[in-house]
Amino acid sequence: MAEPTVAARAIEGRGPWRLVYERLRRDPAAVVSALTIVAIVLIALAAPLIASAVGHTPSTQYRDIGLSPAGIPVGPNGTFWFGTDSLGRDVFIRVVYGTRISLLAGVVSSVLAVLVGVVIGLAAGYFGGVVDTVLSRIMDVVLSLPFLVFAIALVSVAGPSLTISIGVIAFFSWASVGRIVRGQTLSLKETEYVEAARSLGAGDLRIMFVEILPNVLAPVIVYATLLIPGAIVFEATLSFLGLGVIPPTPTWGNMLSDSIAFYRVAWWFVVFPGAALLVTTLAFNLLGDSVRDAVNPHRGVGRESK
Amino acid sequence: MSFPTPDGVVEAVRGVSFGVERGRTLAIVGESGSGKSVSTHAIVGLIRGARVSGRALFEGRDLLAMPADDLRRVRGAGIGMIFQSPQSSLHPYYRVGWQLEEAIRAHERVEKKAARARAIELLRLVGIPRAERRVDDYPHQFSGGMLQRTMIAIAVALNPRLLIADEPTTALDVTVQAQIIDLMRRLQAEFGTAILMITHDLGVVAGMADEIAVMYAGQVMETAPRRPLYRHSHHPYTEGLLRSLPRADAPRARLTPIRGQPPSLIGPPPGCPFQARCDYVMDLCVERPPLAPVQGDPGHRSACWLPPDRWAQ
Amino acid sequence: MSAGANPDVLVRVEGLVKHFPVKTGALFGGSGEVVHAVDGVDLEIRRGETLGLVGETGCGKSTLARCIIRLLEPTSGRVVFDGQDIAGASARELRTFRSRAQLVFQDPYGSLNPRRRVGSIIGDPFEIHGVAKGGDRVERVKALMRVVGLNPEHYNRFPAEFSGGQRQRIGIARAIALQPCLVVCDEPVSALDVSIRAQILNLLGDLQAEFGLTYLFISHDLSVVEHVSDRVAVMYLGKIVEVAPAADLYAHPRHPYTAALLSAVPVADPDVADRHQRTILTGDPPSPLDPPRACRFHPRCPKAQPVCAEREPALEPRLGDGPEHTAACHFPVADGELLPTAPALAGEPWPSRP
Repeated sequence: MAEPTVAARAIEGRGPWRLVYERLRRDPAAVVSALTIVAIVLIALAAPLIASAVGHTPSTQYRDIGLSPAGIPVGPNGTFWFGTDSLGRDVFIRVVYGTRISLLAGVVSSVLAVLVGVVIGLAAGYFGGVVDTVLSRIMDVVLSLPFLVFAIALVSVAGPSLTISIGVIAFFSWASVGRIVRGQTLSLKETEYVEAARSLGAGDLRIMFVEILPNVLAPVIVYATLLIPGAIVFEATLSFLGLGVIPPTPTWGNMLSDSIAFYRVAWWFVVFPGAALLVTTLAFNLLGDSVRDAVNPHRGVGRESK
Repeated sequence: MSFPTPDGVVEAVRGVSFGVERGRTLAIVGESGSGKSVSTHAIVGLIRGARVSGRALFEGRDLLAMPADDLRRVRGAGIGMIFQSPQSSLHPYYRVGWQLEEAIRAHERVEKKAARARAIELLRLVGIPRAERRVDDYPHQFSGGMLQRTMIAIAVALNPRLLIADEPTTALDVTVQAQIIDLMRRLQAEFGTAILMITHDLGVVAGMADEIAVMYAGQVMETAPRRPLYRHSHHPYTEGLLRSLPRADAPRARLTPIRGQPPSLIGPPPGCPFQARCDYVMDLCVERPPLAPVQGDPGHRSACWLPPDRWAQ
Repeated sequence: MSAGANPDVLVRVEGLVKHFPVKTGALFGGSGEVVHAVDGVDLEIRRGETLGLVGETGCGKSTLARCIIRLLEPTSGRVVFDGQDIAGASARELRTFRSRAQLVFQDPYGSLNPRRRVGSIIGDPFEIHGVAKGGDRVERVKALMRVVGLNPEHYNRFPAEFSGGQRQRIGIARAIALQPCLVVCDEPVSALDVSIRAQILNLLGDLQAEFGLTYLFISHDLSVVEHVSDRVAVMYLGKIVEVAPAADLYAHPRHPYTAALLSAVPVADPDVADRHQRTILTGDPPSPLDPPRACRFHPRCPKAQPVCAEREPALEPRLGDGPEHTAACHFPVADGELLPTAPALAGEPWPSRP
């Protein structure tokens, strides 16, 4: 009975998601990071347009204008806004195209991880018993696998590609989602509205997806927005190690890998891909933090009991 | 008192005055949102994040203006408090006896042995059987009724002049409730403690209070000594409450509820807060009525524009 | 056994027992300790009546209700609903049963899914049982909302936007959607403000008259129960100790526990409060883990005698009462008799609930 329902009645038509949205809107960090992400997405989508506007492609090696007579990459200038890389390719255009890979890998793998994790977590938490034990042990095993070793092994068998990268990242991410969902499901299973659904004759599947899932979504969404930057970095790591996308397709990871040997003479080759990675990851992290605060506001106000 | 919230400022308490005399019992009756709990918690400085104005005089000193150290000294020694849910008021990791001793030693210089003896004596005083053994138990080994008795023991440990009890029996079974009320009355008779009791239960109050203040939406609607409140309540809200209670000894008939719902405390409308639900509402009610005396008992006051002798008709 | 089944009886409970095993931390099974939540209950609920079920915390009334609705599986005993034994029911029969017996919950804040819209929640019974779809369902939900006193335009709102009393109306609408025969109300007004309780009680009464519902009304608040019930059953520690028409129970309680319970109820009248000689029971109810032998109440009973610890009294009419008023007591309370407070049988106080 200790709820300020009085306040809720006065403000009409505010569902729980609407409230989250409003809180986000008022949060400057959320707004800035959201706009940044929108910009990044637009850049990724418009990559070919940008390329034709500038007149360069990502894989063309401009040996005459892009490299000095000694073979050293050219710094940022009027033609090459971010300079060139060791093969005379336009770093700017490559960074722009790299955005596509990063976003694709980051988002798709996170979505996959969430889908798998939610289903398995729901099943484990709801059915309990043997099902829970088996699924939980599987999750434990997945979480304790050393990812790098596994990734290397898989790639050496299947060959590097974007699809494999996405698969590997998703494989290592779903279990933590599953754990969270399982924990939530365990406590939500005992709520009175679940009992009410059962008393109405609802079957297990209906209870899991209609009653429990909407209440599990909130922490899952928070976790997912924080999964994405991790996935992006994960992809960058894989391609850094040569386990990801096949060259000459540019990703920030393999650009960074190539740039190591040249950092002394071509700082722009390191800085720009690195900065792109940093900004993208930061934007998603900030947004994830803001979403978490918006979903669980911690009110410091004294409680009005009765 | 007002609380800033993201949805607006909640005007929880809007001009409330009440008083309790030495050795007597004042009951503050109200429903959820009436402000009865927050106002009493604010008096002893237990509310954070609220804007509070006004005075709270205890034995001549204003509690709201006191420095924190002085206030802490008053709490426990001068004023004891009992809360609604004893399960959450006692620390689950410490033995019951230890918690009692701590309460005593926080205010008085007493040796450990002496404190323990006092603790056992207090437990016996509140009716815990085999106190000398139960003093070493943990809260989870006590039932709800015994926990509430322990809370009372802690509250009266230093013989305070005032005991504030916030819904002390709401979470208890009715037979245990009767025991606790009985205990409080015995303690009051023996030690002369004044009691400020907050509750929503008009039945409990009927057997316990000397004076009653009825609160609604952050304001006091009516204050009166016990009998006049039940026999000749003046304010329509009090009247509505009493009429809507099912009574075991009354013939079975359709109940007369109070229509509508309590108002929002964010940007509350001017005037009497009960207007929207009152059967006797008049144009005058848009202006807030003062708490004025009504005919009959001198201590009987009501915040209503209805004439002081409304039963004379 | 029930060859001449009385058509007036909607629900018959026979020998219902529900024990919960207690896991005491051992890896496989517990120490054999068991919570005797319901320990052998026989009860009848008649068509169209309101049967009140009162008792204090731990008496088993909620468990009993959930066994009757088959939200819990009884450990043993039978529940016969409208002539059909539900215990042995198939999944399909159980589904049909679910549309005919419903539950109104105590907590208006916990019994509604906070992330679902109210119209969808009320429409659940229609969807689950395939009774109505799409636009038809929306219309029927809106009609239900009107019946319980809610504004149908609030169809798309979330529970958080309603007050406690309104949420309880939502729960009631959901329960009566399929016009069940039996509605179990588990403390429906205990969590509501005093001024709202009367509204909800009136609503329940109106709905019963309009739809011919049968209520099992559970509460610990005796004033409320007396007001709404035709007959009242009193439970103590897993057993029914007295059953009587409401007025009779309050005027002539036979079982000492009933008398003590009634005596403890606060009445909002200072004269009654002052005049009132309270029978204040000492101690706390014992733990259902280890209930007392024979009559469960004997350790606290002011009228107990040695036989009470040896032979369990049967639930039958006492002191010349008619067949409608039964009590399980060897030494029932006579009219006008005042009970002392202390337990009559000396000895160790029974270990109370931890």
